[in-house]
Amino acid sequence: MGRTLTEKILARAAGKDAVAPGEIVTATVDLAMFHDSSGPRRVAPRLKELGARVWDPSKVVVVSDHYVPAVDPESAAILKLTRDWVREQGIGAFYDMQGICHVMLAEGGHLRPGLFCVGGDSHSTMAGAYGCYMAGFGATEMTGVMVTGDIWTRVPATIRVDWNGAFADGVVAKDVMLHLCRTLGMDNAFKAIEYGGDTVRAMSMSERGVLTNMAAELGAESAIIEPDDKTLAAIRAAGVAIDDEEALRWRSDPDATYEAVHRFNAADLVPQVARPHSPENSGPVAEANSARIDQAYIGACVGAKLTDLQMAARVLKGRKVAKDVRLLIAPSSRATTEAAAKDGTLAILTEAGAIVMPSGCGACAGMGAGVLAAGEVCISSTNRNFKGRMGHKDAEVYLGSPYTVAASAIEGRIADPRSYLQ
Amino acid sequence: MISGRAWKFGDGIDTDVLAPGHYMKLPLEEAATHCLEAIAPNFAKEVRPGDVVVGGASFGIGSSREQAAQALKQLGVGAVLATSFARIFYRNALNLGLPALFFPQANEIRDGDAIEVDPVAGIVRSNGREFRVEPIPAHLMVMIEDGGLMPHLKKKLARA
Ligand code: SF4
Repeated sequence: MGRTLTEKILARAAGKDAVAPGEIVTATVDLAMFHDSSGPRRVAPRLKELGARVWDPSKVVVVSDHYVPAVDPESAAILKLTRDWVREQGIGAFYDMQGICHVMLAEGGHLRPGLFCVGGDSHSTMAGAYGCYMAGFGATEMTGVMVTGDIWTRVPATIRVDWNGAFADGVVAKDVMLHLCRTLGMDNAFKAIEYGGDTVRAMSMSERGVLTNMAAELGAESAIIEPDDKTLAAIRAAGVAIDDEEALRWRSDPDATYEAVHRFNAADLVPQVARPHSPENSGPVAEANSARIDQAYIGACVGAKLTDLQMAARVLKGRKVAKDVRLLIAPSSRATTEAAAKDGTLAILTEAGAIVMPSGCGACAGMGAGVLAAGEVCISSTNRNFKGRMGHKDAEVYLGSPYTVAASAIEGRIADPRSYLQ
Repeated sequence: MISGRAWKFGDGIDTDVLAPGHYMKLPLEEAATHCLEAIAPNFAKEVRPGDVVVGGASFGIGSSREQAAQALKQLGVGAVLATSFARIFYRNALNLGLPALFFPQANEIRDGDAIEVDPVAGIVRSNGREFRVEPIPAHLMVMIEDGGLMPHLKKKLARA
């Protein structure tokens, strides 16, 4: 019987020939990631209570991204605790203010097809763009992983989502995900989403990461894309040697059983905007009724990679951010900032009036700089717009692609980016 | 074998109904006395050890608060059966030592029915009928019987 890629990875990690959806297995963890907010400050006291140490420091990646740079003594203390614990446990893979955790896993060359990975963060699904399994877990379970190196899980059924055809200019992966939040809903618990089709194969690794990242908004356990030459090239670019044949054998069988198969035509999609206060409140940009904005935000693991900054620059080149609007840009990693400085992207953005901020989660989860006051309206390239996530509970956040955020910054109201791309 | 009275609920029993946010500051024993009170005012008073909660779709949807599962366990609930669970509630329940089983035939059970559950064999019995469900593997039942993940880890480390 045919198996999906997710089932094959879980079978391998559980030491079984095959597994079926619904089955509960205990899987050996190849990689465990957590960050300053979910990690040491929550896990260290539990490990102490157990009198245990990290089972294998070489399999752990720690990233300080939520509280960077420190804005008060409390956040500074969390960052210090994280540094001290990483040193004490002998963990080598530690990224301190280098970028956002999900982006650092890719940049640092930690991901490759077939791995079974766990993360102390809900958007851990993003790693699946590299053909591996990764899901998010709470602090107690991550403590368990730190002690034993394994975790139990219920094998998810796989939903296949195929996109075929070419996008119109100005339509990108972010629009796909906002559209899927509405059409597939946000209640896909215990499901793995597998993306495919020629549209997905044509996407850059960075755009594929948007699809897997926002599978978290679909409520999915994990998301995955079968590896191809782009996957291998990205892994090599991160400085990791990889055996092509071994990596490319991680694919779903042609006769694999999917719980559902959804097919979409890329040419039909127009830029999407999610209205407050949920990603599933999405629709064509015109339906956002040109709402007036106070802030435009380009940030987060999902929406501030180099390609995202380049999208914004394409719209903003030679133009200005509207008076009374602030455009904040928090690149997803230090390397992104460096690359954007080198290729001229940053200069275009700052000339247009953008404020460039440190790399980190920033305002995305309301912990860092750039949060909103009551009554303020923001359009953001991040992934969630739940009430109160980006600051005051009475602020309103719209979600859109970097193109749409940039066009809106120019007009001071939610705007269709397509007219800026001709 | 778990056996007791079935407490039947519908779809979408959320974490606020199971563990009202309002009482989260109280110790667990007190918070648990308010479990499900919004929809079943007598539940906390009348539930007996071994009773089984039977729900519909998306049981435990909402926040990640562990108290939602802890409150049921504190009250002596032996198992939760539901047509489907929210992922975090489901994981919390098992990790806190409360068996949770997917039970597609939940609609066959009425409130107040006598019910028996064998989580390892994957059998539910009620009204003279027997239903097959996806079992909890023995290796996970060891953790559940130890009282959950943390007590289980403690025991494991003490042995090592
Ligand atoms: S950028 Fe936002 S979504 Fe991404 S890890 Fe940070 S807080 Fe989470």
